[in-house]
This record gives sequence, structure tokens and C-alpha cells, in this order.
Amino acid sequence: MAGRNDALRVIQDCQAPAGGEPAAPTRREFLGDALKLASGAVVFLAGSAGAAGGAQPGKQPDEAYNWDDHLYAYLIDTTKCIGCGSCVRACKVENGVPDGFYRTWVERYLIGMEGSYVDSPNGGMDGFTPVQVGFVANKSFFVPKMCNHCKATPCIQVCPVGASYRTKDGVVMVDDTRCIGCGYCVQACPYGSRFINPATHTASKCTWCYHRITKGLKPACVTVCPTATRQFGDMKREDDPVRKAIEHERVEIMQPHLLTEPQCYYLHLDKEVR
Amino acid sequence: MPEITGYAFPNDIHVTWSLMIVMYPYITGFVAGAFIVTSLYHLFGREEFRPVARLAMATSFAFLLVAGLPLQLHLGHPERGPLVMITPHFTSAMAGFGILYSSYLVVLALEVWFVWREEIIARARRSRGLKRAFYAVAALGTYDTSPEALEIDHRAIKVLAGIGLPMACMLHGYVGFIFGAIKANPWWSTPLMPVIFLLSAAVSGIALLIVLYQLTAKLGSRPVDQQCLSALSRWLWFFLILTITLELLEIIVMAYEKSESWLIISELLASRLQFSYITVQMIVGGLIPLILLAIVVLMNRYLHERVRSTLSTVAALLCLLQVFSMRWNIVVGGQLLSKSLRGLRSPYEPELFGREGVLMAIVLLIIPFVILFVFDRVLGIWRRGEGGGGAQAGSGPAHAARGASHG
Repeated sequence: MAGRNDALRVIQDCQAPAGGEPAAPTRREFLGDALKLASGAVVFLAGSAGAAGGAQPGKQPDEAYNWDDHLYAYLIDTTKCIGCGSCVRACKVENGVPDGFYRTWVERYLIGMEGSYVDSPNGGMDGFTPVQVGFVANKSFFVPKMCNHCKATPCIQVCPVGASYRTKDGVVMVDDTRCIGCGYCVQACPYGSRFINPATHTASKCTWCYHRITKGLKPACVTVCPTATRQFGDMKREDDPVRKAIEHERVEIMQPHLLTEPQCYYLHLDKEVR
Repeated sequence: MPEITGYAFPNDIHVTWSLMIVMYPYITGFVAGAFIVTSLYHLFGREEFRPVARLAMATSFAFLLVAGLPLQLHLGHPERGPLVMITPHFTSAMAGFGILYSSYLVVLALEVWFVWREEIIARARRSRGLKRAFYAVAALGTYDTSPEALEIDHRAIKVLAGIGLPMACMLHGYVGFIFGAIKANPWWSTPLMPVIFLLSAAVSGIALLIVLYQLTAKLGSRPVDQQCLSALSRWLWFFLILTITLELLEIIVMAYEKSESWLIISELLASRLQFSYITVQMIVGGLIPLILLAIVVLMNRYLHERVRSTLSTVAALLCLLQVFSMRWNIVVGGQLLSKSLRGLRSPYEPELFGREGVLMAIVLLIIPFVILFVFDRVLGIWRRGEGGGGAQAGSGPAHAARGASHG
């Protein structure tokens, strides 16, 4: 909106010169003003192109909802996951995720003293069939993965046009009316959470079902999880069980050495998980 | 569907940065590399580069004009491409592109104008009608070719070259930075990346000039200045040594540190990139031209003109291949390994047709030469009577160079 104001001010300045008699501008002044007006118009046009629709950085989704009152966090207890894949299916249906791309997925780990095996067939969407490995698997478990909604996220840092942003309630989103589809954020995400949507040609990722959580609902993956592996909470509510767990339990995050400050916390994570 | 060995994150199996992102640093490399050669003459008084100084500047300019195209072709929404310049998000390395690119374009265009000013005026005086009007406009209304005016030209060229050189280096160093500053990807994330990009840019720029200079000389039935060719070969050798050294150092440090990522990177190099990295980048494009150029440089006195010309041309062509494979191995190689550090995808094969296809890449490489051809037709890259006459058009940059070596 700053662009619009600038453009208006320049127009007003030109129309109403100080003093009664309108002084003819010199050529230098005229060129200067024209340049300002032109640059203002470009910024204004860019702004209006971006304002065409969709969620806007700096704008609340709904008037009844106040994003200053919330700060979301996600908790995954890896010991509870049974690898049913309901979450992946629910996410696909809820968000229209294209085939071959995943906003969330489930990984299976088989770990023994002599080796380890990891897979995620079709993102775990169809569950997991038994697998033969060439070593004695002493432990095996499932790990649901998704966007970590990092506080210090490299994907927002590298976006050349500011189409990636973090809402005040702590959700990392993409404005697909502004995204140019360069793919830099896809490269910058250490967790492989982003992809270029082949239908829209823009970056796409988990939004924690922002359209649901701003209505007081839980993300689709959390709602369908039969074992409460996935939990969604609000760090601004003192009695929130997720907040309590994060505050009092020994939680871990993915790839802590990268200092991206993920807001997706894990309970009982194994060292093999990355 | 690409084949995966090990485990890759399910979204990591797509190569998001395609052939166009390989072309982008390749083309920008020519811009920076060719500019380094013209600076060696205009700024550092290397007289031996006089025969190629104008060609180098025109080459740099021609490639700069297409440098943004591969990026534009790659975007999912090309129509929003200008947003990078209009509403840049300054924490992004990519947002610097608009500023660096356009300011370098301005400096280079100005320098081209000053270098070719006499030529433009001479042509304006020679021609009639529309052509005359064109050159008159290009001369910006001043026909002053007095010694004082020329002296000012020379000083302007020096100043512009002085500004242009760091800008060209930054433009290309910045391309390396785009990769080097991605901490998510261990194959990219090293501070050496911008330096390697810059040095290999010099290699590709000089190599291209060696080929282009001899080719245009042959086409125009002009003699090749052997001193110039030797000097180009010498500098190519120097930059190739630096490039290969740093490229090896990067790998050796990773291997010696036994870093977390080395396990997967060593597998990447030994399997997926075996041909393009070990065979092409290091042996065919690295070791062999290193030896050929060593012969040209160390045995220069004993070489027959034709031997020197053949050796340096072959070496230069191999260097061009080396730099291309280096871009390929960085850009594509980095996307073959998953950020899970547990898996690799099958090699990427670019499409043939389409916006980001092989044909488009070839077209992108041809356009600069078309621009060069037009440039030569409109402004004339070669001075008339190269070497002796050309009293008006030729003496310009030489003055500047003399000024440089004296001052």
C-alpha cells in the first residue's frame, strides 16, 4: 500500500503547487516528478497484482480471528505411530495435493547393529507392507514428517520476492499469487518439505491447514490420527497439553545443527532420523 | 519416475533446477571471463591483449544481454519475473540479481560506448540517410574527436573498467553464492563455491576468446597475433590451475574431515557423477588441457604457429567442456542427492523440446554469437588496418593502456 500512497502524493503535489499562481514546473522538476510517478506506478501495479486474491502477508484471514492471540506448535510422538498413512491421505484430500508430491509423509525405519533401512513408499499413503532386510532389525518405528514451520527458516530468507512468509501465529506460508516459481525455497528447505506444484507452478507446502486452524479446528492430519501421534497446540494457552509437553518433556527437533528453530517437536526420536 | 537408491525424501526426487539453471552460470561466466580479459588490457596495461580487447568487450556485452534469459525461462511464472527487481526481498541472495545485473549492464554499455565512440562518429560521417541518423543518435549528438576529447574518453574507459571489473566479479561470485549459501545442501554449501565459480568463469571466458579470436581471424583472413595467443594460453593455464586446485581442495577437505555428508557425496561422485565429474570435469576437461597448455606455455619458443594454434584451440575447447560439466555437476549433482543424506536419484535427463529443454539451451548459446555478428556489422569489432593504420579507431584503448603502464 505504500506504493499507492507514494503515487497519490506525487499526483497531489503536481496538482496543487504552493501559492496562488500555479508556477510552471521547470523541465528538471517535471522530469524528476515524472520519474517518481513512473516508479510509484510500477510499485503500485506490482502491489495490485499481488492483491488479486489469496492469503496476504500482514493481513488477517478472518475478522473474528485474532492472530495475536495464538502461536501454534506441533508435537509428534514417534512411539505411537503405527504407519497407517491416514494423515497422508487426509492431507491429500484436504489440500488437493498433486500425485507424487507430499505435504506430509511417514517414514519407516528398521535399524539393527549391522545396518539400517529407511523407506516411505508413496509417502506412506497406502500404509506399509512387510519388508525383508539383510540384517537383524532390532528396532523399527515410523516417523511422520512435514514442514517444521521453522522460526528462522531458510525458505523465507531465500525467497526473492517475499512470497514466503511467516504469519504472526507462527505458520510458514506461500502467497501463490506472488510466487514466481523459481524453486529457490525448495532447494533451501533442509527437510524436503517444499515442492513446485505442477498445477499452479508455484511453491507449495504444509500450512498446518491454516484454513481450518483459524476456525478453531485442528489440521486434517491431526484430526484423523488414530493414535494421537500427531498433536497440535497453541503455545499462548497455558493449559495446552502440547505446550506442557514441549515445556516439560525432553523434546527434539529435526537437524538442530542447522539452527532453523523448527516448531515441530518430536518425542522419542532416534539418532538415525534426520 | 526416477529410480532411487537408498532413501530420498519423497519430494526430493524431482530436479527442480533444470538445464536452464546450468546454462545461467555458464553464460554469466562468459560475461565475467571476457570482461577480465578486456580489463587486463584496459586496466592493467597488458599490451599483448590489444588484438582481442574489443572482441572481449563485445563478447562480454553479447552474453550479458542473454544472461537473464535462462532464469526467465526457468520460472514457473515468467510473467512475475520482474517482481524480483520491482519488489525485491533483500534477505534473498537471488534478489541481488536485479541490482547487480542492471548496474553492470549500465557500466558495460557505457564502456562500450566510450570505446566505440570514434567508430560511431566515423560511421556517422561516412553514411547517408537513415543509417546516418542512426549513428548520429548513437553518437549522442557529439562529434568531438579532438585529442582532448579522446583523452577524456580514455580516462572514462579506465574508470569504467575499474568499476566494471569488481562488478563483473561480483556478478559471477554472486552466482556461486546462490549455491554456496544453501546450508541445506552439503554438496553446495561451501564458502569456496563463489571463488570456484569466479575462477572457472575466467577459464571459460579466456577459452572462448581463444577459439573466437582464431575463428574470426580465419573467417576474415586476418593473421592471428601469436603473442596475443600465447598470452591468452598462459592466462588460461593460470586460471585453469587455480580452478582445478580449488575444485579438488573442496572434495579433499570433505573427504579428509570425514564429514557427515561425505558418505553420500562420495557415493554421488563414484556413481551418478562418475562420467560427468571424474571423466569429463577432472580428466578430459581438466588434466588434458592442463598438459596441452603446459606445452604451449613452457615450450612456446619451439612451437610452430600451427602447432600452437591447434594445441591452444583444443585445450580451449576442452576447457569450455570442463566449465560446462562443472556447472552441470554442481547444479544437477546437488539435486541428485536427497537432503535425507541417505539416497540418490537416478541421473537427470533434460527434455529435448520445451522451455527448459536441450534445444532451448542450444538456442541460448547461439544468440550471443548472433548478437556479436550484428555488433560487428553495426559497430565493427575489428579495427580497420589492425596492427598499423586505423589512426582514428585504433589508437584509443592503446592510449589508455600506455597511461596505465606509465601511471
